[in-house]
Amino acid sequence: MAVATAPSALPLGKKKEVGQSYWDLVWYRFKKNKLGVIGAVLLVALYVSFVAIPEFIAPYQLENRSNFVEAPPTAIRLVDANGQFQAPFIYGLDRKVDTVKRLRTWQVNTDRKYPVRLFVQGDEYRLLGLVSTNIHLFGIEADQKEQRIFIMGADALGRDYFTRIMYGGRLSLMIGLIGQFLTLALGATLGVISGYYGGAVDMFVQRFTEFLAAFPNIPLFMALSAAIPAFWSPIAVYFMLTIILAFLGWGGLARQVRGLILSLREREYALAAKSFGAKDRRIMFRHLLPGTMSHVIVIATLSIPGMILAETALSWLGLGLRPPLTSWGTLLQDAATVRAIRFVPWLLWVVPPILLTILTYNLLGDGLRDALDPYSSR
Amino acid sequence: MTDSLQNGKKDNILLEVNGLKKYFPIQKGLLRKVVGYVKAVDDVSLYVREGETLGLVGESGCGKTTASRSIIRLYEPTAGQVLFKSRVLSPDGRPRMVNLLELNREQMTKVREEIAMIFQDPINSLNPRMTVADIIAEPMVIHGKYQKGRSEEIIISLLERVGLRADHLRRYPHEFSGGQRQRIGIARALALNPRLVLCDEPVSALDVSIQAQTLNLLQDLQKDFNLSYLFVAHDLSVVQHISDRIAVMYVGKVVEMASSEELYANPLHPYTEALLSAVPKPDPLYKSERIIMQGDVADPSNPPSGCYFHPRCRYVIDRCKTEAPAFREVKPDHWVACHRAEELQLKGI
Amino acid sequence: MENPSQPAATATADQPTDARPADAQQTLIEVRDLKVEFNIRGGVVKAVDGLTFDIKRGQTVGIIGESGCGKSVTARAILRMVPKPGKITGGEILYYRYSRYPRKDGKSQDIEVIDMTKLDPDGELVRQIRGGEIAMIFQEPMSSLTPVYTAGTHLNEAITLHRLIPLKRLGDQMVEKIVEYRRVTKEEAREIAIQMLRRVGIPKPEQRVDSYPHQLSGGQRQRVMIAIALSTEPYMLIADEPTTALDVSIEAQILDIMRELQQTANMAIMFITHNLGVIASMADEIVVMYMGKQVERAKVVDLFYNPKHPYTQALLQSVPKLGPKTGARLASIEGMVPDPLHLPSGCVFHPRCPAFMPGKCDKLIPQWNKVGENHWARCLLYEE
Repeated sequence: MAVATAPSALPLGKKKEVGQSYWDLVWYRFKKNKLGVIGAVLLVALYVSFVAIPEFIAPYQLENRSNFVEAPPTAIRLVDANGQFQAPFIYGLDRKVDTVKRLRTWQVNTDRKYPVRLFVQGDEYRLLGLVSTNIHLFGIEADQKEQRIFIMGADALGRDYFTRIMYGGRLSLMIGLIGQFLTLALGATLGVISGYYGGAVDMFVQRFTEFLAAFPNIPLFMALSAAIPAFWSPIAVYFMLTIILAFLGWGGLARQVRGLILSLREREYALAAKSFGAKDRRIMFRHLLPGTMSHVIVIATLSIPGMILAETALSWLGLGLRPPLTSWGTLLQDAATVRAIRFVPWLLWVVPPILLTILTYNLLGDGLRDALDPYSSR
Repeated sequence: MTDSLQNGKKDNILLEVNGLKKYFPIQKGLLRKVVGYVKAVDDVSLYVREGETLGLVGESGCGKTTASRSIIRLYEPTAGQVLFKSRVLSPDGRPRMVNLLELNREQMTKVREEIAMIFQDPINSLNPRMTVADIIAEPMVIHGKYQKGRSEEIIISLLERVGLRADHLRRYPHEFSGGQRQRIGIARALALNPRLVLCDEPVSALDVSIQAQTLNLLQDLQKDFNLSYLFVAHDLSVVQHISDRIAVMYVGKVVEMASSEELYANPLHPYTEALLSAVPKPDPLYKSERIIMQGDVADPSNPPSGCYFHPRCRYVIDRCKTEAPAFREVKPDHWVACHRAEELQLKGI
Repeated sequence: MENPSQPAATATADQPTDARPADAQQTLIEVRDLKVEFNIRGGVVKAVDGLTFDIKRGQTVGIIGESGCGKSVTARAILRMVPKPGKITGGEILYYRYSRYPRKDGKSQDIEVIDMTKLDPDGELVRQIRGGEIAMIFQEPMSSLTPVYTAGTHLNEAITLHRLIPLKRLGDQMVEKIVEYRRVTKEEAREIAIQMLRRVGIPKPEQRVDSYPHQLSGGQRQRVMIAIALSTEPYMLIADEPTTALDVSIEAQILDIMRELQQTANMAIMFITHNLGVIASMADEIVVMYMGKQVERAKVVDLFYNPKHPYTQALLQSVPKLGPKTGARLASIEGMVPDPLHLPSGCVFHPRCPAFMPGKCDKLIPQWNKVGENHWARCLLYEE
């Protein structure tokens, strides 16, 4: 109808040698969505800092213990005890034992001052696994035995909790990404096959996904994780867990892809390819699957947080990653006691990064959803 | 019925369809039990000579699209015979009649080189994620005939032949208007140098002025490349303009087939007569006696007994209700399926 | 009518003639220099630019043009239904409104002139007019009916919303008729619905009234749409490509029904189509549009036999005609429809025009010229 076509007419007037591909249009529209762009930028920042260079950002190494057991977060100060304005610094901590409460406490010693510096030397590490260096983003220049900086406190073994959150993010964020990638590969392939062939194949795939969906998740997780041999290396356990998560998650995606394929299959371009003699595989993966990609990407983006949460929840339950692997889930496990909340509440600092990750994924997903439908007139 | 066409003129026949049937099963219940069939194509017989255009007309749901798709086995026909004079399948390169329905997968893929298709919907028939160059190259790629450089030249010359420019090559379908998209579809159909082109309502989604351009283009291409067309459409004026001969379909059957002059001047089937009278003429002073057909088109899953047209026919007699008429050649090259073809004096235009 | 004692039946029979003025040639809608614009990404599309025509009672005005020429937008503008981001930016649409029912005090009817462009598009008055006094039918009969409601439910909705039934009073034999109206009841609405379905030629309307849209064929659905539109006894029917989605045999039936109903109800029809064959048999007067501009307006015979604008001429020649085969190529209009965001200068048709006059058509904007009795064209050929 003229009403619909007139306003939505695409600007054909743009004279360009190379056409605007679908993804050009998507990019154009995505750029206009502020929240989506913010989400994307934050997400890139999150992945760079947590996955690529946590060693650089964290002031210490993951397993670097100290005597500062359960030290509270160190305040970074600009004003000293005399009311003088100074460059950022911290005061030293002294251990005190409260004999009445029978507790070990930490007290600020205003006589010891340590300036906070950027790019200080510290523990050795390999940046991105390549360059050996000992430069850290920030820290104090002091002997590690004498004083340390704990911007988010220390845990029961005197390890810097901020460092642990940084390192823990690597596993948690990667499990979401790798798991979702496996889910995508499995779900999209089976969805395409199921939708394209129909009949008995479709019946089998659909019933199988229903079976998986109907199965109670937690017992299944327990069974599967119990099946992981205890003697496996932590890394093997990690990948096994990823595969388990993907295995349980592909069903929903396969159904969505199948539905899309069912409608795309009726498009004449699939028929046209067939009429020129294209084989089934070519029609499925060259013509039909790309048509579902926009949809699939949105679903995938929006379900990565679910994966991350699943890992966290499982590890928290003790079914997922186990120490010495450090992930947000195992960190959360440490924080999950009444004692921890009462006496070391800073262990809950692991929650904000989880929330932030989920929020940014949702922002990005929503932005993508709007952008991936560029033929709509809106 | 299958060999009834054998008696007719058989000179220069490129495609001959005999008794083609395509039934779609109706499935019900959990176990998908077949409870009936939609007889989408129910005994279609027609032939196309080399270099000519056969128009296939009928109202929506009459099975004309299904018939054309069954001919190149996009749908697997239930029964019948599709003879095609193939060059690629003959060992010595001389054209030889083959039955498409008896070919195996590889042979069928080969034969698709010689039979191309143009689709109705210029938006849906082009993959939105591919550039024009990729779209037109696809048939060549599928048949392993794509060579860098040489094929690109062919694609550019095809594009220019259908009225587009070489700098359109790297663009995407959504950047074109409906008429231009249909031209891309036509260029793709010609990429493998086919001999028969099945045109499935190629102009019905286009505006009047673009429709005229496209029809002219199709006619020019036919002359230049010595193409034969099977032109499927519902618009009788368009079909009559482009076709040398016309076959009229009603509920899965071809009811009449004749040269286009003969068909509009002396229709022999009451359905053709009614259809001709119903076409609105672009002339305000034209006063026609419109024959209003009563009722709706018969349901192909539950067709009436006898002649499928009898509940709507003005000339119905008892015989029509019980006995299905045979498709026969009443005059030279004029085929009809009506018991009363000889006695009725039907009005043309 | 099978049961004349039914109150509803009586109402439909005598009411339309009662309330309507006798003179059929009175103007009903007058569109003056209408402009509708769509503000989209990349610029402003002038969907309708300077449209002027009028529709008289009982007359059929056809609007023809290719897709995107603004014909559907015009129809929606009259009912204030222009979709976002479209806006009426100029001109007026005058609706000569007769009070639908005789006034209670018995005075003669007034003609109220309403400028539709000034009304609130969601206001009470527009809603009364829309559907009640000016009805509309669309191209796609499948998507115009809600799938979960029966044909009867659709009809009832329109009837109970817009129709009143006269209550004859005892003091009837006074100088003027004193009549009061009430809304129809459910049973009466159903009765009217069945009658309407019968009038549009649906077999077994008593049963069909309870069918859901998917149980009806395409032609039957469009007939139900027409029945809904006509059930409120509108003064005007806007038909936007009503038969484009239908087969020729069904199209012929629908057009017959529309013509017949128009004669009995003295209703005006605005018929929008791109099909020249359909319009030739339906319209009294035709407006030709191209890229939002009105290029020609004439009586139907003049337009088909003596077209003045090169676009109209080309359009008429580009349609294949049924009849003796001439073997000739179709006269096609060269080139493509221009991008609505970047319209050509001067006359918008000049890049495709066979009568293009360099230096004139690409510079000057043609005026609306009278080229004959009741015949106007927007072309520089007819300017000094």
